[in-house]
Amino acid sequence: MSIALEHVNYIYSPGTAYEKHALKDVSFEIGQGQFVGIIGHTGSGKSTLIQHLNGLIRATSGKVLYDGQNIYDEGYDMRKLRSQVGLVFQYPEYQLFEADVLSDVCFGPKNQGLSQEECEKNAREALELVGFPEKYYRQSPFELSGGQKRRAAIAGILAMHPKVLVLDEPTAGLDPKGRDEILDQIEHLHRETGMTVVLVSHSMEDIAKYVERIIVMNRGEKMLDGTPREVFAHYRELEKVGLAAPQVTYVMHDLKERGFPVSADATTIEEAADEIMRSFHD
Amino acid sequence: MIRDITIGQYYPAESVIHRLDPRVKIVCTLLFLVSLFIQNSVLGYGLATIFLVCVIRISRVPFKFIVKGLKPVVILLLFTVVMNLFLTRGGETLVHFWIFTITESGLRTSVLMAVRLIYLVIGSSLMTFTTSPNGLTDGLEKLLHPLNRVNVPVHEVAMMMSIALRFIPILLEETDKIMKAQMARGADFESGNIIQRAKAMIPILVPLFVSAFRRANDLAMAMEARCYHGGEGRTKMKPLKYRARDRWAYAVTLLYLVLIFAVGRFVSFRLWIF
Repeated sequence: MSIALEHVNYIYSPGTAYEKHALKDVSFEIGQGQFVGIIGHTGSGKSTLIQHLNGLIRATSGKVLYDGQNIYDEGYDMRKLRSQVGLVFQYPEYQLFEADVLSDVCFGPKNQGLSQEECEKNAREALELVGFPEKYYRQSPFELSGGQKRRAAIAGILAMHPKVLVLDEPTAGLDPKGRDEILDQIEHLHRETGMTVVLVSHSMEDIAKYVERIIVMNRGEKMLDGTPREVFAHYRELEKVGLAAPQVTYVMHDLKERGFPVSADATTIEEAADEIMRSFHD
Repeated sequence: MIRDITIGQYYPAESVIHRLDPRVKIVCTLLFLVSLFIQNSVLGYGLATIFLVCVIRISRVPFKFIVKGLKPVVILLLFTVVMNLFLTRGGETLVHFWIFTITESGLRTSVLMAVRLIYLVIGSSLMTFTTSPNGLTDGLEKLLHPLNRVNVPVHEVAMMMSIALRFIPILLEETDKIMKAQMARGADFESGNIIQRAKAMIPILVPLFVSAFRRANDLAMAMEARCYHGGEGRTKMKPLKYRARDRWAYAVTLLYLVLIFAVGRFVSFRLWIF
């Protein structure tokens, strides 16, 4: 189950004063089971980009291939695509509408045509996966805390058993504890189910720890694409476009410049600590 | 899809018309609308056409954009034309076919009526194309200021108007977002009968209402936090002031109005049946 973009361009409101070239010749492929981070400054085109992945917006030119098949082909089953590529929007809690959490999570499976029992089974599983406490299942989604609402909304997508999970800034507006919990849960999910996960964020710090590959977007173009280590090696260029490598990258570079025998490519605090310890032992 | 509605939209551009005082644009638009009703002759409409074309050219709003704004009134326009064409009696009969009769005055009324309607829409949308919503409400507030003396809460009404206008694009965007989010969950808004389709709107309407109330609440708090307490003693950062160009605009429009009036009154010029 791979998703590939080939030379995708997208232009908002072409031919008017509001015309905006949001994506410029973007190509990449995401393989089955990858954990990918898409990073970019506000307005770099990341949200536009991910809406192409499940066919919610149609590229002005270029192709989107899901499993080798062009999704813009005539008669392509978009609804099936949408249930296989689950897209969690930014602030997904604003899409909750049902009287209680469980029925809201059932909305997706119900649209897939499952029976009431199956819907509920899937919904319970999904809620459990995101760590949503069972005592709130029958509560109105509008009475929950921010973090719980977000979990319920993510469960609403997971209940459809997607093969690919795309999350647009899943931690926006959460406190540090809520942020870590959600990200840990997503990583856990990735490990347990082998699902392909695409995580969109504007914070390097957030995703460096989790993803195996980072795609950096800048002004609608793909700027960098590689492992966190490769991407953060370009930390000077990242700064120029208003992004930054994780703080630990800077610490390690500083140490190296001042003559400590460390290598500067650590991307997480744990790696950096190991590297420093190693340099002392040598 | 929803973004395609252009009627009442602002079109940012650099032009004299854009820089005019909003009051001038409101008053002159009203005068232009009046000018369409005080005469009914080819010459008059010719004058109106020249006036309108000049203003459009000066405003630098693309003609294509203006025509797009006519789309919503097409049905009304067709209805008016058809009704007038077949139901107006008078003058010589031009075409007679089965139960349909088109007479001279039927053709005349329907053509002139169509032109009048189109000019009405173009004239008033030119005002909104060239004036930002805030400018419009500012202008209206200042124009209606005298009504304060008879206890009409002019400032409050203007403020409500500007907030309502400001919220239109926000809510459209929000609708778009919620629709997409529900589509990502497999919602289907296109198939099914009327009842099924109405039911399919619930997942959009509930979050939309919730969000509208949340935003209204946030805005009210933000306004109170900045000590908003209505119009009394409130000053403006950019108070409206007439400049030379505004006086010229008034002068040109008045001249046009006088001409139209004179043409309607004293010149009789006929082109075929019109």
